[in-house]
Amino acid sequence: MNYTFQFDAVFAAWPLLLKGTWITIQLSLTATVLGLAVAVACAWAKTSGPAPARFVVNAYIELVRNTPFLVQLFFFFFALPAIGLRWSAYAAALVAMVVNLGAYATEIIRAGIESIPRGQIEAGLALNLKRHQVFRFVILKPALKAIYPALTSQFILLMLSSAVVSAISADDLTSVAANLQSQTFRSFEIYIVVACIYLALALSFSALFKLIYRAALNYPDRR
Amino acid sequence: MRTFGFPEFLFILEAAKWTIALSLIAIIGGAIGGLLVALARTSESAAARGISTVFVQVFQGTPLLLQLFLIFFGAPVLGWDINPWLAAGFALILNTSAFLGEIWRGCIQAIPRGQWEAAEALGLHYVSRMRDVVLPQAFKIALPPTVGYMVQVIKGTSLAAIIGFAEVTRAGQIINNATFQPLIVFSVVAAIYFAMCWPLSLLAGRMERRQAAALTR
Repeated sequence: MNYTFQFDAVFAAWPLLLKGTWITIQLSLTATVLGLAVAVACAWAKTSGPAPARFVVNAYIELVRNTPFLVQLFFFFFALPAIGLRWSAYAAALVAMVVNLGAYATEIIRAGIESIPRGQIEAGLALNLKRHQVFRFVILKPALKAIYPALTSQFILLMLSSAVVSAISADDLTSVAANLQSQTFRSFEIYIVVACIYLALALSFSALFKLIYRAALNYPDRR
Repeated sequence: MRTFGFPEFLFILEAAKWTIALSLIAIIGGAIGGLLVALARTSESAAARGISTVFVQVFQGTPLLLQLFLIFFGAPVLGWDINPWLAAGFALILNTSAFLGEIWRGCIQAIPRGQWEAAEALGLHYVSRMRDVVLPQAFKIALPPTVGYMVQVIKGTSLAAIIGFAEVTRAGQIINNATFQPLIVFSVVAAIYFAMCWPLSLLAGRMERRQAAALTR
């Protein structure tokens, strides 16, 4: 092997890489907030909604979980404009991510709701707690604690799978890498650096989530 | 311009055999790699634990797409001749090894401590302790999540389309470029993946419930 690595061209493009990194973070955070809203609504429909709503939500979850994210992305980016809905690659990427996360997070949130034993809610009411107090102390906090690990690892999975949106050139970190490699032909160096950025993002977010857990949710649990 | 008809449908459906082939390669190679990772992660040697931990963190902490790019674009640079088949196969095997390894590590560690100690007290050496005591029990716990993970592997093979490997998603792109009927083309593509993945999801769910029932009994 007589290949000499040249990282100059890659590091010279650091403003572009930084912008791509920011767009990847922005996409992931926005998709997570919107996806969680979808998931809360779907989890409600699934646990206590009418039968048709339950059927629709189940179909949505099964469809999303059993098809590749890339195909979902192509569907939103290519198919919807064909029926008259024109939008940018960024918007298509965001919607695909929201739809994808929504399905996975619905199941996580539903499991969290179902993890609270009925008796605890009744006990809270019997202790003369107000309805909103029961919700806050008996339902929300323990449910949040139960689903927090699954939810945070789902966020990291989403952030990593967002690399796929580069297939429609949505300006994210991997799109930047693909552009750089077609300009400089330093593909190996570029993908090494970009992989390291993703790794750093994944490790930092998981460290951050652990800190939040310790600060906010680390109370004794007797269940 | 072509319209989407039966021959176009057949073209996409036929590409499913490449999706299946790639999935099988990833699952078989990933199972071998995953077992090694799981054993290294639970071993007594600090070096083996360290190396396998780094391996898992790198492959779980970077996008599968970039792993694919690194191999596909990186190998020629280093002077190795590589085609989409090899690149996709390698990337998927390494990625599957990391994820299955972590799933199986959890299953191995779920075997009660007393079982390990009993095996040690009986004077069994490492190989026999693992092969005769720990792994058979861990296998039962591991089955439902492993079947569930196969769905992720099948979905992951779609990324090979981006480096030009002609599996279902790529076939869909080709037909879409010829017919400009994305709505029907990508619905068909999604339906083919669904037909492959859904039975596995149902099976994994059923196995999980049966196991949960057995545990609470």
